[in-house]
Amino acid sequence: MTYHDLKANRRQVLVSVSAGGLTLGFSLAGKAQAQDDAVRPLNAYVSVAPNGIVTITAKNPEVGQGIKTMLPMLIAEELDVAWEDVRIVQADNDPKAFGRQFAGGSMATPLHWDELRRVGAVARAMLIQAAATAWNCGPADCVTAPGEVIHKPSGKKRSYGSLALACASVTPPDPKSLTLKDPKTYRIIGKPMAQYDVEKIVTGQPLFGIDQVRPGMLYASIVKAPVFGAKVASADVEAAKAVKGVKKVIVIDGDPNGLFPTGNIGQGLLPSVAVVADSWWAAKKGRDRLNVKWADHPTQAQSTKSFAEQAAALNAGAPQRNARNDGDVAAALKASAKTVEAAYSYPFLSHANLEPQNCTAEFKDGKLEIWAPTQNPEPGRQLTARTLGIKPEDITVHMVRGGGGFGRRLANDYMVEAAWVAREAGAPVKLLWTREDDMAHDHYRPGGYHYLKGGVDAQGNLIALQDHFVTFSQNGAIAASAGMPATEFPARFVPNVKYDVSMIPMAIPTGPLRAPGSNALSFVFQSFIDEMAHAAGADPLAFQIKLLGDQAVVGQPPAAFGAGRMRGVLKAAGEMSGWDKRGKLPKGEGMGVACYYSHQGYFAEVAHVAVADDGSVKVKKVWVAADVGHTIINPHGALNQVQGSVLDGVSEALHQQITIDGGAVQQSNFTDYPLMRIAESFPVEVKFLKTEFPPTGLGEPALPPALPAVTNAIFAATGKRIRSLPITPDMLKA
Amino acid sequence: MAYTLNVNGKALSADVEGDTPLLWVLRDTLGMVGTKYGCGVAACGACTVHVDGQAMRSCQIPVESIGKAKISTIEGMSKNAVGKKVQAAWMELDVAQCGYCQAGQIMSATALLAKTPKPTDAQIDEAMNGNICRCATYVRIRAAIKRASGQKEA
Repeated sequence: MTYHDLKANRRQVLVSVSAGGLTLGFSLAGKAQAQDDAVRPLNAYVSVAPNGIVTITAKNPEVGQGIKTMLPMLIAEELDVAWEDVRIVQADNDPKAFGRQFAGGSMATPLHWDELRRVGAVARAMLIQAAATAWNCGPADCVTAPGEVIHKPSGKKRSYGSLALACASVTPPDPKSLTLKDPKTYRIIGKPMAQYDVEKIVTGQPLFGIDQVRPGMLYASIVKAPVFGAKVASADVEAAKAVKGVKKVIVIDGDPNGLFPTGNIGQGLLPSVAVVADSWWAAKKGRDRLNVKWADHPTQAQSTKSFAEQAAALNAGAPQRNARNDGDVAAALKASAKTVEAAYSYPFLSHANLEPQNCTAEFKDGKLEIWAPTQNPEPGRQLTARTLGIKPEDITVHMVRGGGGFGRRLANDYMVEAAWVAREAGAPVKLLWTREDDMAHDHYRPGGYHYLKGGVDAQGNLIALQDHFVTFSQNGAIAASAGMPATEFPARFVPNVKYDVSMIPMAIPTGPLRAPGSNALSFVFQSFIDEMAHAAGADPLAFQIKLLGDQAVVGQPPAAFGAGRMRGVLKAAGEMSGWDKRGKLPKGEGMGVACYYSHQGYFAEVAHVAVADDGSVKVKKVWVAADVGHTIINPHGALNQVQGSVLDGVSEALHQQITIDGGAVQQSNFTDYPLMRIAESFPVEVKFLKTEFPPTGLGEPALPPALPAVTNAIFAATGKRIRSLPITPDMLKA
Repeated sequence: MAYTLNVNGKALSADVEGDTPLLWVLRDTLGMVGTKYGCGVAACGACTVHVDGQAMRSCQIPVESIGKAKISTIEGMSKNAVGKKVQAAWMELDVAQCGYCQAGQIMSATALLAKTPKPTDAQIDEAMNGNICRCATYVRIRAAIKRASGQKEA
């Protein structure tokens, strides 16, 4: 729900009074509902109990980004209630009540900063009006302190709890008409708040998708083809059924809409065999005895090696299309004092959520209930309805905490599988993938290849940049998360820029991984800019600042680039890190800088690395300067997101790659897809610059610069340029 | 067959196949879901429990091999003097992001501090390196261990 929706619907702000007290919310429903004479708690965000406890509904799914805590902080602040008196409940998927509910794009902060503060302000105004009526005075005579309304002239007080019932006869004000608090008076926003569920987490209480239990529930394991979309040729169903505890074996043909070559691969129900048992271990044992043979499938010809060969071949020919052509790159390259030519590449990546994909589903009386650790519940409900041939309104999706999101759970393949299996099994079912299932059936970050040329003039200005980006297509269109904007930096800051694109046909499910696009493009472009700085004989940080010019903003929304904000974070990162003293570092050590704008956030990062003779890389520290606007809503969560993003990015750079052979993913577990561990972790010092801009999100934008900051530091330490990921010791051996 | 297990000081009965890993007995049979499944091959540490005080990966322990060994899980840590301190430090520093690995992290940290009350950074690295945090909250995990052991955090 946007602010504008709120305004349009202000007459539909509903108040409900029950024995429990006041509930109010904002309705996006049409007039028919508004005229319904049974006033009820539609779309409730806030309720106040007689004892003063305020319950706030958290609308978005929680996957570790801290949103279940942060969004209610906005409401509580303007409602003026003590945080200790707030209880938070997780909303179900209910787009009519809450609009879009999703965890993606670091969007929750910019989408809700204004709207949810006004939700709290409306509730506060109603409580004031109720008190004013009781005291027979005007609302202007009243102020609030946390949890109570005070009559200024007399000093009389009424608790929110005692006023809740009287709010039923108060007309809610226009949210836009209300004056929000002076930030100087904030008691909640800007204060470090621990995650609401922290105690449940540290004491092991049921919380996650995998923890869900229903009466009479069975457990399921599901096997899909290693080659994406291959069909079941045969399966030893009887052997699986012979395992003690196995109740049913279900062979699934799959939804043709989700299959190569015509469908959007991996987005729907794939051919598979599910084993349902009275425990997950029994289901897994049964599944291991299925000995499934898979039919041949055209996608089995795919391989990482073949992709690399196709990329080189495409680069040797004319690009398939041009995405940007400013000035005259060929002429500018010729006129350059120095030129650099380089080929960059990066691999496919898996999300590797620590909680493997899972979902619990139950059919009862023609209705389907789902408990899913999804980042994106409504598309899951629609997909499930389409696949099973039932009405969306007969499906309820409960959003349960996800053990990591990173974009993986924007897809809902596990949801439709669980629903299908529960219907076939005739019982509530918890479906749980193995780690190996998870790694073999992700929606991977696509790999890519960039063939770059750059030129600097005699004054050290970057005057020419050319990129031939070889990426992937699916069914003729660019594959999910495999694109590059024509405005990709440093376009618009260099007079002669040519961006060309060619595509390799591919049938592997791809999708957004934390900071999609940016997590790869930052490595390529920020590394190459560093190469150009060195070619110009310039200080890389000074080169970056100079490249950004002297304008505050370049370009128009939605592609405006705050060059002034980026210069600000670059300068701050330089100061924090002691950049100017980097010449004193011992041999084998170096510092690198990178900056990147994504998800409305401006980040500059400096990495300090040490490279040993055996080629191993130790990141010693990273400094982060961030500009995400004037307010850090929850400093606890904000710092955690930034530190985690930086370590996550470095983990990708140092370790991670998914390779394909014979059409199948070769990695299977954390043994061959390693994630960073504590011994490799390092301090991350963070500074948030407070600028005049409204606050934006932190789930993603700290990640992209971390990779090139490290690779640029490796160059400073060794003189060796990392142009493909992941970094291996072979690349850096002395 | 029926096995009697000593879990968090209580005798609990589970009628399961002998090869069932302790992880699944805890989660599916005994309803103690705090111990988490992450990899099934002892590579992530999400399923860490204590067996006679030793931090072990419960995905690798067949129930038939346990016998009279004392099992402690995250659900029992509030009654463990060291475990309680570790949990408190985890809450004070708000260590978790998604939180999925944190039960295993706390079990490993508690086992470490029970033996080594003031661990060095190297000892923390060694004891905690088997526990993956996908959200990479390692900066706070280290700080929380320092805090729980009464040492300076950075």
